[in-house]
Amino acid sequence: MQWTINGRTYEADVDVRTSLLDLAREHLGLTGSKKGCDHGQCGACTMLVNGRRVNSCLSLAVMHEDDEITTIEGLGQVGNLHPMQDAFVRHDGYQCGYCTPGQICSAVGMLDEVAKGWPSHVSADLTSADLNDDEISERMSGNLCRCAAYPNIVDAIREVAGIDNRQPVLATAKEIGA
Amino acid sequence: MKQFTYERAASTESAVAEGRGAGTKFIAGGTNLLDLMKLQIETPDKLVDITRLPLGEITARDEGGVSIGALVPNSDLAADPRIIADYEVLSRALLAGASGQLRNKATTGGNLLQRTRCYYFYDTAMPCNKREPGTGCAAIGGVNRILAVLGTSEKCIATHPSDMAVAMRALDATVVTQKADGDRRRIAIGDFYRLPGDTPEIETVLEPGELITAVELPAPVEGARHLYRKVRDRASYAFALVSVAGVVTMDGNTVKTAALAFGGLGPMPWRDPAVEAAIVGKAATTANFEAAADALLADAKGFGTNDFKIPLARRTLIASLRELTGA
Repeated sequence: MQWTINGRTYEADVDVRTSLLDLAREHLGLTGSKKGCDHGQCGACTMLVNGRRVNSCLSLAVMHEDDEITTIEGLGQVGNLHPMQDAFVRHDGYQCGYCTPGQICSAVGMLDEVAKGWPSHVSADLTSADLNDDEISERMSGNLCRCAAYPNIVDAIREVAGIDNRQPVLATAKEIGA
Repeated sequence: MKQFTYERAASTESAVAEGRGAGTKFIAGGTNLLDLMKLQIETPDKLVDITRLPLGEITARDEGGVSIGALVPNSDLAADPRIIADYEVLSRALLAGASGQLRNKATTGGNLLQRTRCYYFYDTAMPCNKREPGTGCAAIGGVNRILAVLGTSEKCIATHPSDMAVAMRALDATVVTQKADGDRRRIAIGDFYRLPGDTPEIETVLEPGELITAVELPAPVEGARHLYRKVRDRASYAFALVSVAGVVTMDGNTVKTAALAFGGLGPMPWRDPAVEAAIVGKAATTANFEAAADALLADAKGFGTNDFKIPLARRTLIASLRELTGA
């Protein structure tokens, strides 16, 4: 079988049960995508398939022979980071880093969905998709971070999205009378 | 995961021919099926991949309404301008379910066929009449917080997990299929699902090898207000404890028409004509809304940890009707 991943053609002979995630990690040496729950609940395995974010753990490799697949390795490399990778580094959008490749691939796919005008559950008006912090949180709810780096993840995504509407989350020590 | 053979269908005809064998499953998005196969809850001998079939379009129907191809992903359906404009309840329901990644993969046909998220269905160490007929139901007398209060049987109290299907029920959708012998049929969504009774393993009227090819929606209701209200344990990416899909038209303060369907309460997206009869042609008042809730819950039965769903459903329905009618 043959796949196109990050613009390169790969060939491998794998069991038909192999997930797209296991293909990348176990057969092709692309270990950037991570296996968290292996059931589509955590988002650590998120890849872009034909530009759309999907859970690669819940997809069979054999079903993706004609697709253009992008993993975290294809988004950017050391010295040539994707803007989302760069923003995650500068905003400290992680602690242990295990969920980070999935968060970044998901965020890139999510901003593309916003650019297409796709609404979300929290959009008051389904015909406009203005991004704000509530929208980012809702749209990224398929990516869990056990270290709870969420505030900095939102900061990074907001910066790449080019919006400056930060809502103060925590009162200052002075404001709460501490 | 158990071993299986894989076939990629080149046409709908070859898909239904391949799909008729015992132990054969169609696969499209795979987001639910592969999850269940990893846990060996589903153990098909053969998968027929239908993703290359030309069933991915949303088209206008000559008689009004739209036809939604079975392979249209949940994301695309929710964002489609025609769906947003004419069937907002469907967009809202889709957006209230799953995650962005899952909606990108999950399909319209597959969403209708989701299996229950009952804890005991998922735990192969426990008895479950749906997973292994005749073994018993561990949910009755067990932890059943997320399970059904309507339409249950002594064999099964599972809920259907879909949000999309609840909106489809309120919209009077029709499921279009192709059978293994090539015959096509159109099944009203109200006739598509089966109550558990003594055979909770049989969830729909689909025959072996019968493939969903499209879901049709009738012409939109003019001037209707749409609502999908979902109550769940966390604000995003969680199944419904109770949900209400509503499409209502008003004449002044009188309810002119109402279509109401419910998620999280029963083994299928639930709709009961008595609920709508309690408010149609009547003033939008709390007393009438309470009568609608009485009608919905007259036969409701809790099983312990899900008892709370009965008052929750009452309050959710009344709040939804207030919003839908402006009362």
